[in-house]
Amino acid sequence: MSRVQLVHLAHARSGDKGDTANVGVIAYDPSHYALLVDRLTPERVKAHFGPMVKGDVERYELPNLAALNFVLHGALDGGGTVSLMNDAQGKVLSTAMLRMEIEVPDEVAEAVRGRGRVPAGWTPPKPRRHDG
Amino acid sequence: MSRETPAIEETARHDLIRVAGAQGFWGDDLEAPVRQVEGGAIDYLMLDYLAEVTMSVLRKLKGRDPSAGYARDFVPLMERIFPTCVERGIRVLANAGGVNPRGCAEAVVDAGRAAGVSGEARVGLVTGDDLTDRLDALIAQGHELAHMETGRPLADILGDVRSANVYLGAEPIVRALGQGADVVVTGRCADAALTYAPMMHEFGWSFDDIDLIAAGVVAGHINECGAQSTGGNCLADWWEIEDLAAVGFPIVEARPDGSFVVTKHEGSGGRVSRASVTEQIVYEIGDPAAYITPDVVADFTSVQLDDDGRNRVQVRGVRGRPPTEFYKVSVAYSAGWKAVGTLTYAWPDAAAKARAADTVLRERLDRLGLSFEEVRTELVGWDSTHGPLAGEPPADVPEVQLRVGVRGTDRAAVERFTREISPLVLTGPPTVTGYGGRRPRPQEIIAFWPALVRKDAVDPHVAVEVLDV
Repeated sequence: MSRVQLVHLAHARSGDKGDTANVGVIAYDPSHYALLVDRLTPERVKAHFGPMVKGDVERYELPNLAALNFVLHGALDGGGTVSLMNDAQGKVLSTAMLRMEIEVPDEVAEAVRGRGRVPAGWTPPKPRRHDG
Repeated sequence: MSRETPAIEETARHDLIRVAGAQGFWGDDLEAPVRQVEGGAIDYLMLDYLAEVTMSVLRKLKGRDPSAGYARDFVPLMERIFPTCVERGIRVLANAGGVNPRGCAEAVVDAGRAAGVSGEARVGLVTGDDLTDRLDALIAQGHELAHMETGRPLADILGDVRSANVYLGAEPIVRALGQGADVVVTGRCADAALTYAPMMHEFGWSFDDIDLIAAGVVAGHINECGAQSTGGNCLADWWEIEDLAAVGFPIVEARPDGSFVVTKHEGSGGRVSRASVTEQIVYEIGDPAAYITPDVVADFTSVQLDDDGRNRVQVRGVRGRPPTEFYKVSVAYSAGWKAVGTLTYAWPDAAAKARAADTVLRERLDRLGLSFEEVRTELVGWDSTHGPLAGEPPADVPEVQLRVGVRGTDRAAVERFTREISPLVLTGPPTVTGYGGRRPRPQEIIAFWPALVRKDAVDPHVAVEVLDV
């Protein structure tokens, strides 16, 4: 077994509904979905976020999309317009989730190495010019 | 509960329609609707302008000017695209009406005349979502409008309420299309309804066709945040997504059997893939098996996605359950004041300086006898997005921005806080910049109170009119 950061196994998107945030976690490789279901228990996710999530963490399964949806209650300092957070709408809580480390078989760790991160040496393309 | 399908005067039935998403919020890419109309074949253009907070902003504007209160950008846009829409038979659906759908529809009529399409188009207008002036009566009739999370009755904060709007379903939009509207302007409605109402109209779906409407809801959910389904804000392999400068917005190619393809115009930028579409499907959802809308409870766990060629994703298999007896109401109310101040601290020991400054600031607020519901400190560049997960900043972090926010009911206290930021430049820990020469402003907090209201208390007030251009 190896410890691997979730960012290499899954992509994610997050958003808000009042003081509740949701994080959808999507396996890059659907064959890793069962592993995510096993490792990403609501208890572990709640522990991962620690004081960032005041309330409960609920988990919903979307096996059809190889995705899990985590609903984080009390994660946004009162939510949207009330919140004093820079990320008041939880737009990037997705990436905080992807910091989580999970145990995976060594061959999975090997297969996902480097996945989910910009390749070394990558630079943004130059702006294209449009002449009218 | 079932409702009659409205009489459809104009029954142009097709076996495929293209519904294009063109605006994900008020402030989205102004050129996107033009690219959608001119960049290839579409049948319907839908524009979602209304975030929750937008309604209270619009109400404030209408308070100052009774002719205001709608998404003004929509009017010059319509003037620009109206001739092409008329020529190509593209019909437009927008919740641009905000808190003044009539004012918006009348302005769109004027825009049509200015654009030279007089006598060639009609503008539909949906009203009845606005409960603001009916709250007293509703409460008197026993509608508690209790907060969906806390259970508190609305009566507790009635004096602070600024606006209250119901998320209407597709029925009045379908009715307007049936009456020949080429443009339909609504106030608050379920965002997805702007996408599935055309399907109901064109394919003759009834409100009992639960699975078909559920499919339309999924299509609407994919359409309603603009480019967020076509490569914008897409985390999966984002560095490989090409030409976001000219990102294609989503187009749903819908079939009468409820299946549809998500795509974008040929030659546009961005990417439509299972990854980009899945990220949007999971966006802002709770229980995926029960995505509640006014017309159906859609089951997102039934959605099947398949690749259908380059930048094409096929969606099918969507199921749903009958709708509830309730509409969701969004009540906006005044909930105090807040302000946020920022200062930038430089190496060496940038984070240590910022934290020392925060201590000085808090002590000064205390000496001034100011109290707040909350004082929140974040270090932008270190922990403002990942909180404690970021760990301790290294001593060599090149810079951090100290970001301190306060919230409270006393406007004067919040105002005084805004005057305590700049002095830190000369009176606090060293090597600080980035105060911008202007102090932060207190902002009134308009908070949201989600509630439910029985549909039968709303439906009799929902009206559709069609105006000639």
